[in-house]
Amino acid sequence: MTALKRLLPGGNSWLAAYAFLYIGFLYLPVVFLPIFSINTSASPKFPLAGITLQWYRDLPKTPALIDAAWNSLIVGVSAAILATTFGILAARAITRYRFPGRRPIHGLIMAPLVLPEVIVAISMLLVMLQLGLSLSLFTVVLGHVLICIPYSMSVLTSGFEGFDRSLEEASADLGESAFGTFRRVTLPMVAPAIISSLLVAFTISLDDFIIAFFLTGTEATLPIYIWGQLRFAAKLPGVLALGTLLLIGSFLLLSIAEILRRRTARRTQSKGPQHG
Amino acid sequence: MTAAAEGSPPLAADGIRRRPPLPQSESFQGLALISPTFLYALILLLLPILVVFAHSFWTQNYLTIDHTFTLQNYRTALTEPIYLDLLWRSLFVALLVSLFTVVLAYPIAYFISFHGGRHKSLWLFLITIPFWTSYLLRVMSWKVILGYNGVLNSGLMGLGLISEPSTALLYNTSAVIITLTHAWAAFAILPIFVSLEKVDRTLIEAAKDLGDGPLRSFLRVTLPLSVPGVISALLIVMIPTVGDYVTPKLVGGKDGVMIANAIQAQFGKAANWPLGAALSVTTMVVVSLMAGAAVFLIRTAARLVR
Amino acid sequence: MIEIRAVTRSYGAFKALDDCSLAIHEGEFFSLLGPSGCGKTTLLRMIAGFDNPTSGSIAVDGQEMVGVPANRRPTNMVFQSYAIFPHLNVEQNVAYGLKRLQLDPAEEKRRVDEALAMVSLDGLGKRGAHELSGGQRQRVALARALVMRPKVLLLDEPLSALDKKLREQMQVELRRLQQAVGITFILVTHDQYEALAMSDRIAVMFGGRIAQIASPKEIYQRPVNRRVADFLGGMNFVKAEIVEENGSSITVNTLGFGRITTEKPKAFTRNGAGATLGIRPERLRVLWDNATAMHEVSGTVVERHYFGEITHLIVEIPGLEKPLSVTETNDFGADDIPIGAPIRLGYDRDALVAMAE
Repeated sequence: MTALKRLLPGGNSWLAAYAFLYIGFLYLPVVFLPIFSINTSASPKFPLAGITLQWYRDLPKTPALIDAAWNSLIVGVSAAILATTFGILAARAITRYRFPGRRPIHGLIMAPLVLPEVIVAISMLLVMLQLGLSLSLFTVVLGHVLICIPYSMSVLTSGFEGFDRSLEEASADLGESAFGTFRRVTLPMVAPAIISSLLVAFTISLDDFIIAFFLTGTEATLPIYIWGQLRFAAKLPGVLALGTLLLIGSFLLLSIAEILRRRTARRTQSKGPQHG
Repeated sequence: MTAAAEGSPPLAADGIRRRPPLPQSESFQGLALISPTFLYALILLLLPILVVFAHSFWTQNYLTIDHTFTLQNYRTALTEPIYLDLLWRSLFVALLVSLFTVVLAYPIAYFISFHGGRHKSLWLFLITIPFWTSYLLRVMSWKVILGYNGVLNSGLMGLGLISEPSTALLYNTSAVIITLTHAWAAFAILPIFVSLEKVDRTLIEAAKDLGDGPLRSFLRVTLPLSVPGVISALLIVMIPTVGDYVTPKLVGGKDGVMIANAIQAQFGKAANWPLGAALSVTTMVVVSLMAGAAVFLIRTAARLVR
Repeated sequence: MIEIRAVTRSYGAFKALDDCSLAIHEGEFFSLLGPSGCGKTTLLRMIAGFDNPTSGSIAVDGQEMVGVPANRRPTNMVFQSYAIFPHLNVEQNVAYGLKRLQLDPAEEKRRVDEALAMVSLDGLGKRGAHELSGGQRQRVALARALVMRPKVLLLDEPLSALDKKLREQMQVELRRLQQAVGITFILVTHDQYEALAMSDRIAVMFGGRIAQIASPKEIYQRPVNRRVADFLGGMNFVKAEIVEENGSSITVNTLGFGRITTEKPKAFTRNGAGATLGIRPERLRVLWDNATAMHEVSGTVVERHYFGEITHLIVEIPGLEKPLSVTETNDFGADDIPIGAPIRLGYDRDALVAMAE
């Protein structure tokens, strides 16, 4: 209760009540995943028939699932690295330089965020088929990189934005070479933002269904595997168990990303002119 | 994912030292640095969309594409009752979902911004967590909640409010709307929060000083100043929602189907790419028009309040 | 020591610096003073190596610096934002540049400690960059630059981020430090009191050009034009007509002060027959009762403003188009002079300065 009180420094109690209700609504579907994943019965309803970890034990015994997990891992890691690389270049350009066409170029790069994913997916599908690329995990990576870049960009720009340019100048002034400055000042300061971008991009790739659904060949990623399982009511608890694991995984990754992002923000926003 | 929609340039809020006009090399360096990412987006986003656009004017004969210009696909897309129905329903759903999300999200964003105190970022983090769960699993979870034997029905029956499970909850448009309203909440809260954060608090004090009560100062100062956030929230929800595929497929049942499912069918089973392309283009154009109209209405309303 | 010759920096048609030349001596505390946008920071950054002149040359100790990158110059800088590396602690910040020199660890430690002692930060070496107050950050920035034993220390508005009291204290400390280490200091500031209090010499800049280079006293007392005079503090200006001009003196005629011969400022350039005569408000003193002075004017008090230790009087003088401002200490009751009272003001000849219009 004290924790709750700390969250509510006075203010409007109706609004606060609404806020808690709303948070409840947001978490409603999420909490049922773990609850029904330990239910003995395959049909998800209350009261639970019994508690079991059977569904979790069955997971590693499903070869299709293991394959899908590997595929997701490969796609996620590749997409995260590529999207972050592209993101670093663009974020650096956006935060550090002024150049003609800056806004429209930025707009295009961020566009996947506000386009219906189906349309992005089918457009890419059309072009890839036209180019004679056979659909595979590679084409999925291409698609994931595109949709991950905007997220990487926002994490990285917020990391780069507070970066005081005079820090690099100070380093040069103290005798350090350009490479030395990058290694000793720039990199340590933006590293958390880069790691955070990698984690966010990986999570997005891991969760994405639509792009993978359209652009993959025969290999399934985890969401595609889940999609396939959803048709069978009996498979539901297994899916719920898998979903719970994914939820915990995403939560951990994103908490790390958030902590790192805050650390960069604190680091880079060098207090500068301070009165008092 | 903090305010990704806000493409605000980092201002050199230097103040003291006036920045001289930029030398030529700075533009060059900037362009060189951004070009790989730009080219990537150009080749894998802009070009594909143009290709879709071109396809929408062609026809398909079994496996070959006939490149003669025709408007036949658009005629089909806009006259076939099945596509028209789907389009209208998608627009209707997108409109309702974006309205609900924004209306429900505004008080939260307001609460966090004005009463969040030191815990603003914790609140924001709490709000974003559910959205990092697989979208597929969240939709499925709604299916579990809303289903015939689902949590809601058993809960209501347990309370004695209904005597047998209601079928009104799942496999219809309202299920789609509930699920999507939930799915997009964070995307609406964040831009509104950002714009509320930008509202200079002394302006509100000034309004109160000039005689406005809390409600009037909110309507005359805070609300109009947060309009940019409301608009970007509306757009960021409305446009992608129109093309949602998973939700209608999983919880929409027969009458919950939306245009994306039809588009997918053209690229899948029906194998009519040009028609699929025309449906895509039509959807984009119509949703842009609707979004434009919504933005216009909001701006007008905001002007009238003053 | 530092020779800046005909340096121009243009951005397209805009000239941030226009044909600036100046020489700074070894061990001197030199200030570049001017309003924002006058080019003082641009000039400092060129000396540091962060910018290059479009034309002209910059030499340190006889060595041409244009084209030499910042990391190979014998200069070090204290940045306006201090640019304290936030991921390093105080010690690591100060040792940042020394690491390149690959000193013996004991020697490195000794130099870091010495630098920290110099700025009175002894014992704070392990503090994180975030735990420092504004004044401490400034000291770290100073130590970090001084530990490199530069030939020239460049300071870009180093005190502007501090509050008034701390600023005044740091002015004294900086001056003391400079005299102790004997390094040439070049300070950029827009605060005239700061420049006057700390410098051996000052260059006043406007619009990319140097208006006057002189000692603080000379700049304050014998400004070359109204703009310099105004920037350095309040001054009464009286229209004058040049009657005679020779090598070291100038004779002008004014309505209020009559015909006056005064020392000609060094950089005076005649500009037509007109000139301006200036006198600082504190150089006019109220003559009480029967007191007399060699030179005096009389008029009527029209306004009176109380400032604690001084009172500011506005006095109308017959024949002058603008009333004179006078500041008088309150020891003798200047704060009680009634408005409308007749008043006599005394002044010294050398308080009057003739300048180009």
